[in-house]
Amino acid sequence: MISYLPLYKEALLLTLRIGWMGVGIALIIGILGSAILYFRIPVLRVLIGIYTELFRNTPLLVQLFFIYFALPQIGISVSPEACGTWGLGLLGGAYMSETFRSGLENIARIQFESAESLGMTRFQVFRYVILPQAISSSVPGLVANVIFLLKETSVFSTVSLMDLMFTAKDLIGMYAKTIECLTLLVIFYLIMLLPVSLLGSLLERRLRYAEFGN
Amino acid sequence: MQSLGIDVLFKGTNFVRLLGGLWVAVRISLISVAISIVLGLVVGVLMTSKNRVLKVIFRIYLEIVRIMPQMVLLFIVYFGTTRVFGWNLEAEVSAIFVFSFWGTAEMGDLVRGALISIPKIQYESAMALGMSNTQVYTQVILPQTIRRLIPLSINLITRMIKTTSLVMMIGIVEVLKVAQQIIEANRKASPNAAFGLFAVVFILYFLICWPISRLAVYLEKRWS
Repeated sequence: MISYLPLYKEALLLTLRIGWMGVGIALIIGILGSAILYFRIPVLRVLIGIYTELFRNTPLLVQLFFIYFALPQIGISVSPEACGTWGLGLLGGAYMSETFRSGLENIARIQFESAESLGMTRFQVFRYVILPQAISSSVPGLVANVIFLLKETSVFSTVSLMDLMFTAKDLIGMYAKTIECLTLLVIFYLIMLLPVSLLGSLLERRLRYAEFGN
Repeated sequence: MQSLGIDVLFKGTNFVRLLGGLWVAVRISLISVAISIVLGLVVGVLMTSKNRVLKVIFRIYLEIVRIMPQMVLLFIVYFGTTRVFGWNLEAEVSAIFVFSFWGTAEMGDLVRGALISIPKIQYESAMALGMSNTQVYTQVILPQTIRRLIPLSINLITRMIKTTSLVMMIGIVEVLKVAQQIIEANRKASPNAAFGLFAVVFILYFLICWPISRLAVYLEKRWS
């Protein structure tokens, strides 16, 4: 079992790299998307709406298959790594923009008006009144999304990325040590996700200031 | 480049086969959702109990489901338990088992959330009116929680349908697998059928999940 450890470590590093890159892309798309939805920017708003509905209502596995096997047919080839990163990023972006949007919309309109009547500029209102509350009220959703995305990396093996799942399957196939390989798989997923989960609940407890007055 | 697989789609019974594959995925998720909702109601009520032991047990249960990818659970049940206990488990049965295990935790958490969101004063007022414990639950608390729960459990259905696409990994022939088979079978005649078929699978999933999630949004707005 010890001799498998380096293989699992490699796989963990790959999963983490692609996972966090995907999460990064998802955050960027999410922030942009939610801003577009919140400020009701014409045309773009419709596009973002279609995008979020499309990606929220289809499984990642199907999205990856589409990117990896179907797109090359019309001349767009992607490497497995790029496919995983962008697949995860696009899926996550759809979820993140919904989370951030509802975080922004949860803030009562009256706060805008009060802040403006205090003589704050629009930028100040956004920076000091709206944003801190929006961030803190989206934290639970954000943490849930991050965990969800990192979990979803388990389907990467289908597009021949050598992630944890792939390694476990491969080793089971070669040495038929099913129980050992599955135990290691569980342990490595715990190593990857338990810290995120714990950190998430810590963050949620620390950032509770949006509850004021609600 | 030619037709990108649209001709393959309507060749013979291909399209019917695809729909059949989709039905396999939907059937597994509907059965699992039904089991999850029933068990989840029980688990959710138990989660609100003050019992220390129960609390710890459910906390661990929730954390396992939250952290372990469903695919790992599928592998453990389908390849692991069969090995350890030496029994024969059909792929579909183990899929239903795993998804119910997962769904029950999710549903339980939703039920718990809905129950504790009802102010304590309502329990007390109902008691003060001389209602028995059962009456308090059946006539005051449950009608309100159910309203909150229905949109959330509808959402659970779409998530379940999306997650069942994983069952292909334990050898169940569902829509994605059927698509692969069709592509392979027509490899010679139309080498780029992959585009059309995977696009159709994408659209099929969307057509199933989208109306359901719209319904959830609609109900949530109406009842909030």
